Amino acid sequence: MKQTTPHADLMRGIWRENPVLIQLLGLCPALAVTTSVENALAMGIATFFVLLGSSVLVSSLKRFIPAEVRISTYILIIATFVTVADLSLEALVPAIHKELGAFISLIVVNCMILGRQEAFASKRPVGRAALDAVGTGIGFLIAMVMMGGFREILGNGTFLGFSLFGPNFEPWVVMILPPGGFLMLGFLLLGLAWFERRKARAAKPEADAATPERSAA
Amino acid sequence: MNQNVFWILLSAMIINNFTLMMFLGLCPFMGVSSRVGTALRMGLANIFVLTITAICAWALHNSVLQYAPYLRLISFIVVIASMVQITEMAIKKLSPTLFRQLGIFLPLITTNCAIFGLALFQTNKGYGFTQALAYALGAAAGFALALVLMAGVREKLDLADVPDIFKGTAAALVVAGILSMGFMGFAGLGR
Repeated sequence: MKQTTPHADLMRGIWRENPVLIQLLGLCPALAVTTSVENALAMGIATFFVLLGSSVLVSSLKRFIPAEVRISTYILIIATFVTVADLSLEALVPAIHKELGAFISLIVVNCMILGRQEAFASKRPVGRAALDAVGTGIGFLIAMVMMGGFREILGNGTFLGFSLFGPNFEPWVVMILPPGGFLMLGFLLLGLAWFERRKARAAKPEADAATPERSAA
Repeated sequence: MNQNVFWILLSAMIINNFTLMMFLGLCPFMGVSSRVGTALRMGLANIFVLTITAICAWALHNSVLQYAPYLRLISFIVVIASMVQITEMAIKKLSPTLFRQLGIFLPLITTNCAIFGLALFQTNKGYGFTQALAYALGAAAGFALALVLMAGVREKLDLADVPDIFKGTAAALVVAGILSMGFMGFAGLGR
């Protein structure tokens, strides 16, 4: 495995390898609980906590975990942290816990978390694993808030409960219903692809001028 | 009672379709829905594992978890992981042909959140044995249905003239959104 700087470990997950928008991991919570910014934030923070906790623990125990049962061990460690997150949310913010329902427990099977343990935390020192977890967690949080923000603004005309457009706004109800989740993520990916292409084109204008028919397409 | 079981099955299958309405099991839904044949096989494997898991989760819920509810997540995930492992070994022994056909999809079922979700929802709703079985069968059939429908659309989509920038996951997600809208039409069907 090639060496990376601590800074790169932290920044990688935030944007360039964003777990939801680029790697398409952890889609279930990103679609299911992003009907409002508040829910998206709570889910993002809970996932962040579980990811950080299990990355640190897996990284510090990596000498003692036998290779044959490593996946089961990771899942058990993750399940322990999810139980902690589940019970604390229930005690601290019962209203949000009720709204998120079983999806807090479903963090256990979020493939993003298991993926980070297998690909990173099980091979690196504790500090690096923590940095990587923080970066990936922030990336997940950003994606969740983007999804939740767009869906709440379009579907309800509000942001964090504050009305944005006044009483004459007709909400796009479909956006907070299940189909809206799929559509919003689809269009978000489309927007990202468009943005990336524009950036690539701005970086290489001479290549574009050589093939004008492709840029027109 | 019969009516009740039938409604649970129907509701889990189309009205509250696990994949399109509750966003469970999206990873295989996006991953293996490019060909109808593989989609169908994945769906069948899921029916098998979901049914066994539902029975185990019911048994666990009514024995150990009455005394130690905080062990719920941990015990469920252990049961699911071992069930998948046992299924894999059994199929390998009994029918090597089927085992080769399923290939990588079998172990992947462990991280399919539909299965974990099923175990959780079923205990949350307090279903009895027959009800739990009907719920599992319905959910699995609904998952297989969504997977095959999606694969059918995506096979056609490969031949269509989609703008370059929209190809791949973005288009697949919008297709899933439209399918999901179709399934919303069933919402008026039940209670």
